[in-house]
Amino acid sequence: MRVATEQKRLTLITGAEAAAHAMRQINPDVVPVYPITPQTPIIETFAQFIADGQCDTEIINVESEHSAMSAAVGASCAGARVMTATSSQGLALMLEIVYIAASMRCPIVIAVGSRALSGPINIHCDHSDSMMARDAGCVQIFAENAQEAYDLMIIAQRLAEDRRVLVPVMVMQDGFTITHSAEPVALLPDESVREFVGQYEPLYPLLDTDRPTTQGPFALPDYYFELKRQQVDALEAARTVWLELQERFAETSGRRYEGFFEEYKLSDAEYALVILSSTAGTAKVVIDRLRRKGVKVGLLKPWLFRPFPAEEIAQALAHAHAIAVLDRAISFGSWGPMYLEISAALGRYLHEKPVLYNYIYGLGGRDTPPESIASVVTDMQNELDPRVLRYLGLRE
Amino acid sequence: MPNTKELARHEEVQKRFTGAHALCAGCGIPVCVRTILNVIEEPVVAINATGCLEVATTRYPTTAWNIPWIHVAFENAAAVASGVETAYRVLRRRGRIPKEIRFVAFGGDGGTYDIGLQALSGALERGHRFLYVCYDNEAYMNTGNQRSGATPFAAQTSTAPVGEKSFGKPQRRKDLTEIVAAHHVPYVAQASISDWYDLAVKARKAVSVDGPAFLNVLSTCPRGWGHPTDQSIKIARLGVETCYWPLYEVSEGRWCLNYIPEEKLPITEWLRPQRRFAHLFESGHEALLAQIQRQVDEDWEKLVRRCEDLPPSPFPGGAMEEVWR
Repeated sequence: MRVATEQKRLTLITGAEAAAHAMRQINPDVVPVYPITPQTPIIETFAQFIADGQCDTEIINVESEHSAMSAAVGASCAGARVMTATSSQGLALMLEIVYIAASMRCPIVIAVGSRALSGPINIHCDHSDSMMARDAGCVQIFAENAQEAYDLMIIAQRLAEDRRVLVPVMVMQDGFTITHSAEPVALLPDESVREFVGQYEPLYPLLDTDRPTTQGPFALPDYYFELKRQQVDALEAARTVWLELQERFAETSGRRYEGFFEEYKLSDAEYALVILSSTAGTAKVVIDRLRRKGVKVGLLKPWLFRPFPAEEIAQALAHAHAIAVLDRAISFGSWGPMYLEISAALGRYLHEKPVLYNYIYGLGGRDTPPESIASVVTDMQNELDPRVLRYLGLRE
Repeated sequence: MPNTKELARHEEVQKRFTGAHALCAGCGIPVCVRTILNVIEEPVVAINATGCLEVATTRYPTTAWNIPWIHVAFENAAAVASGVETAYRVLRRRGRIPKEIRFVAFGGDGGTYDIGLQALSGALERGHRFLYVCYDNEAYMNTGNQRSGATPFAAQTSTAPVGEKSFGKPQRRKDLTEIVAAHHVPYVAQASISDWYDLAVKARKAVSVDGPAFLNVLSTCPRGWGHPTDQSIKIARLGVETCYWPLYEVSEGRWCLNYIPEEKLPITEWLRPQRRFAHLFESGHEALLAQIQRQVDEDWEKLVRRCEDLPPSPFPGGAMEEVWR
């Protein structure tokens, strides 16, 4: 990401507040929410904006996340612009309806403060929650820091509502690490955001009583499959729309999200790390240190996880000698979710494949210091067996 | 309030809920839905929980609905209605919806008494302006007569079957109408497909209040209850005449009986024509029959006492008078 030299002003806010500012500026019609740590500061900050008259969205303080997503689908089908926010168990409870939101083609933006799933209950960050939802039919975007969380929420709104897409978009930021940590963030002027997102024009609003529609019918084997195929196309289209929107967003903000992922010192790297979200920031520090020692190491940080930019990632990693994918979630009985994607991508697109390692790290908020990440590079240099799943910072 | 002929004509014009559905012969649901939709004068949007009504009316790409209709899942009709109604209020405030619209959610007893109770309670507590209609056929009929929280004591169902060691459902049904009344919403009523005029009046009243309203409508299921399809209305009426299913309303907190049978029929009149209760008439089950009668009597007396504090309401009922004005 290139940061524009002409920053109008920087505001010291948390990631949660940054997401709330994006919501204030977008000023959606309806926001159904239910509180859960670490999402709470997003919805509290947003509720205060409404209380102070800075935007006039209707919040529905529902009695569960299941009802939050249900109300979101109802409002979205009615013709409203809808956003919500959740974490962990909240997303798990929503999940039945997240699938339906995607199939009913509801462009709902969901801010997620990433948090481990129970049990045991744990309020700290990992990516088990969003990875659990990876097959639901939503676009999934991971933000590294508060600035990205803010920018990507704004981009998400237009991405979701593009008629080629029309599916929910989840924007993840790491719980506590980002949601509760203050950073300088460049906020756009309100008018710029409103101009960027425009007004939502629903295709078939339920509230158009002159053109009645039956929404959410019963589809048997003679139609269900084709309807699912349309969702495949929607996610495919999201790739194109994402790239188009980045051009527009760069014009609006001076900040450019180039491609589907950030490459950090990757072009000549012999060793590549693939990491989502805030830990990618730690990895950059490690990479700088190792580079000073002459180790050619680089980073690939996906913003977009769904749709997964498999070919682009395979090409970007093709030149590396070894790659380590760091997953902050695990598919029990298998390996890390992102590793599985990248392994498939390398297999599909490359004849000569780099050695591919998988590390599980940071579950339940376990700290991942720079030394842990450096040890991964050492492992690759020592040519450890890549057929072994490894863990960072775990007591065995 | 229109009379019979006017209502029939209204239906000709509106055709909000058409005959293009696959509900069983003798099913009480279409009677309930059509009666309610026909007395709502404003444009109306329907929200539907998963169940017989949803499955039998919207087999893609066909539909029986000529009004906007939405279904999302089983347990969330009230939450979906919350979203639709809130979107309506916001978009109206923001000048994007030009007219008044009414919202009616339909769910069966499984989707309302059981899996949808939390969503219903939340929506009632938040005060959304919508009417929730429970068509209560006393079991999970869409999946083949499994017991629900609405299934009456001793009824035979596929998951509480009758056998050597079982007489059917061992628990009493919960009283959902009273549970809803405890939410202090402006209008709550119990009705039956047998008393369509009472139902029509209640529906009109329910959509005229500024807040949540709830109708619990006894609705027959010939397949699950085990009775001839041409006996549905008669059987539902026996539910009312035995005081098993009293017609009453709670309007702004005031409890009002809408119908007192001239002669309260014994509960066996309601039980006997239904196969789900057939085992109760075999020898050895006399005590169960007596127990059921006792429960009905106690519940009825409690309800009468609750309603006695109020000004007398001549049948056909306080609700009708007020709407009639």
